[in-house]
This record gives sequence, C-alpha cells and structure tokens, in this order.
Amino acid sequence: MTLSVSPLPLDTLCHIEIPEGIELSLRVAGPVARVLAWSVDSLIRYGALWGLFIVLAMLGAGGLGLWLIILFLAEWLYPVLFEVYASGATPGKRTLGLKVVHVNGTPVDWPAALIRNLLRAVDFLPLLYGCGLVAMVCNRRFQRLGDLAAGTVVIYRDPPAAAPKLPPGPALPPPFPLYAAEQQLLIDFAERSATLHPERQAELADLLACQTSLYGVVGVERLCAYARWLAGEET
Amino acid sequence: MRQRPFEDRYTAGWQAFAARLDDLERQTTSKNALVAPLLSVAALPAAYRQLCQQLAIARSRRYSDSLLTRLNQLALRAYQQIYRAPQRRWSVVLEFLTGDFPRRVRADAKLFWLCTVLFYLPLLSMGWAVYQAPELIYSLLSPESVADLEAMYAPERIANDRNASTDLAMFGYYIHNNVGLGFRTFAGGVLLGIGVAFMLLLNGMFIGAVSGYLTARGLIETFYTFIAGHGAFELTGIVLAGVAGLKLGWAVAAPGPWSRVESLRQAAVGGVRLILGVVTLLVLAAFIEAFWSSNRAIPAEIKYTVGALGWLVIILYLTLAGRRAS
Repeated sequence: MTLSVSPLPLDTLCHIEIPEGIELSLRVAGPVARVLAWSVDSLIRYGALWGLFIVLAMLGAGGLGLWLIILFLAEWLYPVLFEVYASGATPGKRTLGLKVVHVNGTPVDWPAALIRNLLRAVDFLPLLYGCGLVAMVCNRRFQRLGDLAAGTVVIYRDPPAAAPKLPPGPALPPPFPLYAAEQQLLIDFAERSATLHPERQAELADLLACQTSLYGVVGVERLCAYARWLAGEET
Repeated sequence: MRQRPFEDRYTAGWQAFAARLDDLERQTTSKNALVAPLLSVAALPAAYRQLCQQLAIARSRRYSDSLLTRLNQLALRAYQQIYRAPQRRWSVVLEFLTGDFPRRVRADAKLFWLCTVLFYLPLLSMGWAVYQAPELIYSLLSPESVADLEAMYAPERIANDRNASTDLAMFGYYIHNNVGLGFRTFAGGVLLGIGVAFMLLLNGMFIGAVSGYLTARGLIETFYTFIAGHGAFELTGIVLAGVAGLKLGWAVAAPGPWSRVESLRQAAVGGVRLILGVVTLLVLAAFIEAFWSSNRAIPAEIKYTVGALGWLVIILYLTLAGRRAS
C-alpha cells in the first residue's frame, strides 16, 4: 500500500535548532494576524491618548506638555515596554495570540525590541506599512524590515493543547504491512476523527476502501481499530 | 515501544513540568507568588533535557502529530524560560553613558565626520547665503512662518512672558519633535542611508536659513542667547542620529562577507546603542531649551558662557570619556 505523504509542508512552521541537539518548530504569524493585532493596539493607544487629552487639556499648557510626552512614549515605547516586560506581547498581540521572539526562539531583549520598533518608522512608509508588507511577503518568516534588523519573528503563542483520545473500541492488527509514515497517518486520522463529522470521516475512510473493502461507518470503525492497535492499545 | 505505553509512562511528568512552566510564565508577567512548586528551579534544566530526549524519540518513532505538537510546545516553553537574556541592572545605562557610548562614537569617527559635513555644510552655506540675501528665506519658509519667527525673537517681546506651565508645554513639544526626529533619522538609514542624508541636509539648510535671516534682520541677541544653551547637545544629537542611521545604510549597501540581512542585523546592534546616547543628548537639549534658553531674565553673557561650556563639555566627553579601561 502506498500513501503519498507530501514532502513539502503547506504550513508556516519555521524550525530552530536548540543546544539540546533537537529541532523545535515555531508557528510564524502572517500579515493578517499582525495587522489585526496592530489595529487593536492602535485602538487602545489612541483611545487612551484621546481620553488623556481631554483630562490634561483642562490643566492648561502644562497639561498639554505632559500629554505630548505621553504621546511620544505611546508612539515609540509602548510596544518596546510590552515586548520586553510582558513576555513578548503587546495587548493587541496578546488578544490575537501572538508574541515576539528572537529568530532562535528566545524571548526578546531590550536592544531587539528597540530596533524592531524604531524601524517601524520605515516599515510604515510610504503609507500604512507598505514597506513592511513588501518585506514580509519577500521572506519565509514574514519579517518586516524591523524584524530583519532586530533578528526577531512574530509567532503564535499556542494555547496548551489537550491530549486527544482515540475513540473507544477494539484494537485490531492491520493485515498489511505499513510504513512508519503510514502508521502515523492512521493514528492521526483516528485522533482527529472526533473533530470531523461522520460524513467526512466516511469520505476519508473510503479512500482506503481498496485495502479494507469496507465503506462508510464500518470502514471508519475498522481504520480506528487499526489505529488503536498501532498506538499500542491492548486487543 | 508503541505510542500509548510511551504516553502512559511519561504523561505525569509532562503535566508536572507544564504546571511548573505555568508558574514561571505567570511570574514573569505578574510576579505572582509560586503556587506549590512541583519541580524545583534547580531540577528544571534536567527535566527539560529529558523532555527534549523524549521529543527526539517520539519523532524518530513517528508518533502521532498531536503528541509531537504537544511535546514541541512544552519544550519550546521551557526553552524560552531557560535561554532568556540575563536581567540587566539599570546601572548599565550609567556605565554605557560614561564609557561605551563615547567609545562607540570614536569607533565610527569616519561616519561622524561624514554626518558633520552633511549637516554643517548646508547649515553654514545656507546661513551665509540668507545673511547676504535675506529674501532667500522665502524659498524655504512661507511668509507667515517668517513673520512668526520674527515676532518670536523680537526684542520688544516682554521679558519672561513664559511661565512654568508654558515651559513644560514646550518641553513636551521638544521631546515629541526632536527625539522623534532622531528616531526617524535612525530608521531612515535602512533605505541605504538616503533618508539620513535627506534629514541631515534638510535640517542643516533650515537651521542655517533661520540663523542667517535673523542675523541679517539684527535680532542677534534674542536669537543667539536662546540657542546658545542647548545648541551643543541638540546639534551633536542630530549628527549622531545620522551616524546611527548611516551605519544601517552602509551595512545594507556594502555588506562585505555577510548577507545583507545579517550585515544589517549586526549594524543595528551597534546603531541602537548609539541611539540610546542620542536620546540622552536630545532629552538634555530639550530640557535646557525649555527651562533655561527661554528664560530672558538671564543676562546674555551668562548664556553665552554656558553655551560655550556646553560645547566644551560635549567635545571633551566624546573625545576623552571611556578611554581608561574599566
């Protein structure tokens, strides 16, 4: 039996090699999620600045001076402070489940956060992050110019995933030999089946009907039984 | 060993490890007290290396994608806890300003002189030209701005019509404008230094034109007593922002043996440190400009003396500070 397992992944994983001698994968965030995060941040920032302006304007010229200093800090240092002191995420990034790390996966430090956020001024040119967007689609890690100079990437901060349960039932040894990749595919199918509706499960299982000679729900059941056996459940 | 027995054997350890990481991650964001630590900090690296080994085994045995994803996630979180940059004390800022910053400026002496020429040449030539032919100022400024400018430095303006609150307003304005300009100059360097050259030339021409015009109009005392105090710090700050920006531009234009991106990354590390010094100079300049330069009650002689002292201090600082190894 030959199942074709695509050698080229379609996802946006980027691999880093760590000193422990293994590779870890980071899920890099693309432009859409980052634009949304930036919009949330802008709403927060300019909302707060607007509110502050109303309050500080009542204090006269001195209040205005104070407001200008806060405006300066909000424009330049707001992302830097959050990225350094709040585990790499501004409130907007946190909302979207993103965080900034160095390209080697370690948390950003002061210099890197400063570089990537000061270079926003160039990424923003000619308007609304034009340069940044062009730079992002030109490299595999979606880095804008600031990210390239600072050596940082924006990745997804995935919520801890629960271990999926294989659907309960008997375990059967598959009557045909399977390559490791094919075994993995069967177990993946069984683990995922809880998230698929029955028609889709049957549709996928029917692809292997040439091997199992079983269609529909019975075919699904049989594949899950093989998967349970392959995963090592007792018969 | 097949996947299920493997998972059964190690799941308890993974859960304890994840709980410990939760604690550590919460601590970095909100400094919560530890909730019954399951693993001591000392045991963390060993547990982490074990996890890495288990992930490697799981991969080589081609266990299911969901298991590999979970282990990868756990290992990544632990990696980010273990390999973090050391916490820096705030005293490094002081150490930086007393030694590292002037050393870095001296190391980039060539770029410094290039930026000095790019800034002061248009400043002096524009100043001289406008002094000879004051109407040239209209090529840079609108008639209304010129009228404002003259009103601002008019000697008959009541001495000290500014009070503490307008001083604070101007301080905020200078911070927002001047430090923001420094940052933009630095960032503009990425575009092969064109942005930097543009900023330096434009600012030099503008400052030169204003000085030339006001000198020609005879508003010498009000103008020069105003700029004397902060001039040294502000002008040097602008030039050094140019140096930081040109470092980036040069790295992209002539990357040498590195790729352009890698060369940019290396230059940015040095550039951002220069920018920290620039911020210090520009904030100092903004402070002097708002609270000292604007005070017309101080006699002109004192202001000129302080201005000259400012230049002396900045020159001595940039040439001598940090020469002795610490």
